[in-house]
This record gives sequence, C-alpha cells and structure tokens, in this order.
Amino acid sequence: MGIVSPGFQGRPRSSAPDLPPGQYLTEDFPVLSAGPTPRVPLDTWEFVLTDETGAEYRWSWDELMGLPQDTPTVDLHCVTRWSKLGTTWQGVSLDTLLDGVDTGARYALAHSYGGYTTNLPLDDLRGGRAWVVHTYDGGPLPAEHGGPARLLVPHLYLWKSAKWVHGLRLLVDDRPGFWETAGYHDYGDPWREQRYQGD
Amino acid sequence: MTDMSYLDGNMLDGPLRELFAVDLSSTTGRCDNCGTTGPMAGLHVYSHAPGLIGRCPACTGVMVRLVRAPERAWLDLRGTTYLQVPMPLDRGLALPR
Repeated sequence: MGIVSPGFQGRPRSSAPDLPPGQYLTEDFPVLSAGPTPRVPLDTWEFVLTDETGAEYRWSWDELMGLPQDTPTVDLHCVTRWSKLGTTWQGVSLDTLLDGVDTGARYALAHSYGGYTTNLPLDDLRGGRAWVVHTYDGGPLPAEHGGPARLLVPHLYLWKSAKWVHGLRLLVDDRPGFWETAGYHDYGDPWREQRYQGD
Repeated sequence: MTDMSYLDGNMLDGPLRELFAVDLSSTTGRCDNCGTTGPMAGLHVYSHAPGLIGRCPACTGVMVRLVRAPERAWLDLRGTTYLQVPMPLDRGLALPR
C-alpha cells in the first residue's frame, strides 16, 4: 500500500456550493487521532492562558461553566477531505477568555492534554470565530472527539481545533505546532485549500 | 491513557519503502524520549490522522511522523535517536578502512 494520502484518494472534486474545494460531505463524525486518547478528570481539568511575559490566567472546569456560554452551529472541514455541516456546540468564546488579557502577541499556540499543539494567528481567535467547547449535539463532548473540552475554530481546517485543549500560549513570533512542523500549512484556510506548506 | 486504536509498526514497511530501500521491520530504533530500544515493528502507529504517527510502545513518545501530499512527503524522525539496520558486509556499504 502507498503511504497515507489524504490528498490523493481520487475523490471527485466537490460540486456542492457550501463545501470548500476538494471536500466531500459526510453525515457521520469521523474520529481522527494522532495518539492515545487522554482521559482528563473534570476536577483536575484546567484551561491556562499564558501571555508573552509568562503571566498565567487559569480557569477550572467550574469557572469555565460559570462564564457566558455560546451555542454556535458551524460547518467542519477536515484536511483529510470530509466536511460535516451544521454541527451544534456549546462553549465559551475566546473573546470572553481573552477579555482583560493585555497582550501585544500576534500568535497563539494551542496545547492539549496528551501533548498535541497547533498554531493560529491571535486575530483568528477573536471576533466570535473561536470557542472552547464542552458540549456537542446536546451532550457532553465525548473524549474521542476531544472532551472534556476542545478548541473550535471552524473557519480553519479541523486540525486547528485542538482536541483535549489545555491552554493557549500567546506568542510574539509564530511557532508551528504538531502538524505544521510535519508538512501541513501554517494557516489552513479550507476555502483557499491551504492543506500543505506552500499551498 | 488507554487506547487500542493503533496498528503495529509493521504497517510502516510499505509506506517507508517508498522513501528508503530498508525493510523497517528488521530495524531497531531507540526512543529519544525514554531511551527504550526495540524493533520498529513494535511501534504503535496511529493512521486515522492527517499523517502516520509511530509512537514508542513504552512511553507513547512520537518516534516517527510521515505525511504524504500528492507531490511531496515529509518524514520526521527526531523522536528516534537512531535506527539500527542489519547490513551484512556482502550487501550494502563496505566498512571504512
């Protein structure tokens, strides 16, 4: 067999107007994972924002639940070419978490329980476009989909929506994450089909 | 952490044969994270992902990452301190004199 080839499956180009180029529609919710699924007890879970000076802002599970909650309905686009439309979530907007954080950083590196990382421009986490979500389709987010909580940044390919999110490091300089240091695009806009470096 | 969603390192043989003419299942690798040394065929390989991720069976540290694009591939072995490859003198490179 050839080596894994998400970009080379011979699938027809998408013709649906609401799908980015090269994507196909799926009704199920495929589970992709680069390692063992972390099991994070809620009583020890925390979300940590670390700014460029090293100052930390921490939220426990109960504190996260006490923040204003959003219920976004969004389309998901995975770089392995499946898209899932109209998914429903509940969580806390990054605008809420970043409110009161005085930073000059332009980049963020999300880090997860289990060691995963992914980088994003900080601006892409603002403006009502990114959340830390804990509920999917009306129920607690299952561990295989990133529970207890994951990042949700649906305007970028789904690898940017870090499962098992543990925190964000705010950075002055961009620092590529797990897939971005292995050939994947630094930004990952599905509508511009930014799958790999140089796309 | 418990997870049975991986394959064993034998599944890397075909994919890596595209890059190297070495039979991976006959090689021994050292994990750069924990130092465990063993057959690369013993890695835990996660393939339901945007690439192939081979992890140390002892510490789950990432030893191999392989990403395939239509025209390019990326191989990251920084989690593998070394690969020990069987190489008898009657095949392959001669020893330096």
